[in-house]
Amino acid sequence: MSEVHLLFHQPIADHSFSADRSLLAVSRDTKTVTSVDIAPNTRRIVTCSQDRNALVWEPSPTGWKPTLVLLRINRAATHVRWSPDETKFAVGSGARVIAVCYFEGENDWWVSKHIKKPLRSTVFSLAWHPNSVLLAAGSADAHARVFSSFIKGVDQRPEPTVWGERIPFNTVCGEYINSSGGWVHSVAFSPSGNALAFAAHDSSVTVVYPSAPEQPPHAVLSVTTQMLPFVTLCWTREDQLVAAGHDCHPVVFEGNMGGWRLAYSVDDPRKSAGSGASQESSALNMFRQMDLKGKSSADDTNLKTIHQNSITILRPYEGRAGNVTKFSSSGVDGRVVVFSVKS
Amino acid sequence: MVSRCRFNQISGGGVRVQASNVSSTATFHENWENTKMSQSLRPYLKCVRSSLTAAITLSNFASQTAERHNVPEIEAAKSPEVLLNPLTVSRNENERVLIEPSVNSIRVSIKIKQADEIEHILVHKFTRFLTQRAENFFILRRKAVRGYDISFLITNFHTEDMLKHKLVDFIVHFMEEVDKEISEMKLFLNARARFVAEAFLTPFD
Repeated sequence: MSEVHLLFHQPIADHSFSADRSLLAVSRDTKTVTSVDIAPNTRRIVTCSQDRNALVWEPSPTGWKPTLVLLRINRAATHVRWSPDETKFAVGSGARVIAVCYFEGENDWWVSKHIKKPLRSTVFSLAWHPNSVLLAAGSADAHARVFSSFIKGVDQRPEPTVWGERIPFNTVCGEYINSSGGWVHSVAFSPSGNALAFAAHDSSVTVVYPSAPEQPPHAVLSVTTQMLPFVTLCWTREDQLVAAGHDCHPVVFEGNMGGWRLAYSVDDPRKSAGSGASQESSALNMFRQMDLKGKSSADDTNLKTIHQNSITILRPYEGRAGNVTKFSSSGVDGRVVVFSVKS
Repeated sequence: MVSRCRFNQISGGGVRVQASNVSSTATFHENWENTKMSQSLRPYLKCVRSSLTAAITLSNFASQTAERHNVPEIEAAKSPEVLLNPLTVSRNENERVLIEPSVNSIRVSIKIKQADEIEHILVHKFTRFLTQRAENFFILRRKAVRGYDISFLITNFHTEDMLKHKLVDFIVHFMEEVDKEISEMKLFLNARARFVAEAFLTPFD
């Protein structure tokens, strides 16, 4: 039903599949690489790391060729994502800036422009609008914001959207706060780009439907749950999204402008038998048990979910945007799992 | 010579009696504690457990203030927005737990029950023994937070290496056991003191 791949006993900070799913890039926390993204068509890989750098890896006959990006940030880079048209990528950082990077042909390098205001803290996550101009960011100051990353000479003037019509670089098209002041761990645009979802540390998922530029939004719908906080979101359809985080299993939210609700859990620990393929059968765990508690066997060592530790990233795996049928997840436990969505 | 021989015999017998006394007292004590504790200890530990589970939701977070550093934010306290409100769970004025969460680390401090001077000394010696070996306990903090007897510092690297629910289990188990340990030590100390006093004073009888 779901494919489980235990890659190594180390945290996976981020993962990304190529378009034909023949290539999987994962970033391991040990090297402080915080995020990775594969551009589906050009097959370029971009990675960023806590040592303040981002690298673009291009396939060449002799292997992957890295190019350093001029990020001009002086704190850790936290999150990186290619724009849908693959001409730009954005890097979130702890320096309270987002670096929007694009290729400058005449100098043959990747340069960046900074979105600074009004960011007040580390950027946790980024998401691109399908038009490759609007960029959403969630940060530790409890805000989810939508910026314009329009760069003259790189981007075509975009069609007007509900977020704005004339949008020069660094325009704030929307700013939404989490009412309990929780860090915004994840942001995501709906497949059409007309709604924005964000997950905050108060275990809530909020969906925003903007109405028109400079107008209050149609609806800001917040779903609070009794679960542990969600750290990643993935839209599957216009009326359905998947969230996962510290509870180690994904949950599905469904709704529309009228209201959102928690629909069901994927890999629900209360329903699973607990034993079987999901059990971790490593000697490491046994010795760890003997070391910590002085006994080798404990029935409650393994969680009843497939992931044995927090899930950090969800990604669409199969199906086109707006009708995703399978999604992949990776977590701190070193597993990459492919789940399918109930249709 | 005769008296010493007698003394030895008595002492042998005495120890056995004492030992069985101790164990019976201990079990009585334990039973009594269990029946009494089940009413207030269980909700207390349950509350600590759920608070800890919610607090151990940590992520890797590089410092915003120092370049190329990754430090426990709860200790550095340089970025106020990544710290959460500290939480105290208290059973009574002598027993409480302070949980200070942040984005990449939490600090858990425990005030162990100390009913009298002897328990105070025992707790001090016991926690000193542990904290001096802090590097072998991974999550133990070398120095307790002011007003508490023992502190643990759990970072995101600990939750990556170890199972989160087992870390919570460990702390709750520690809280359960430490009271038992201290009262056992106190009983043993009292029994030993009584025996020593008896043995010492017998010749003067």
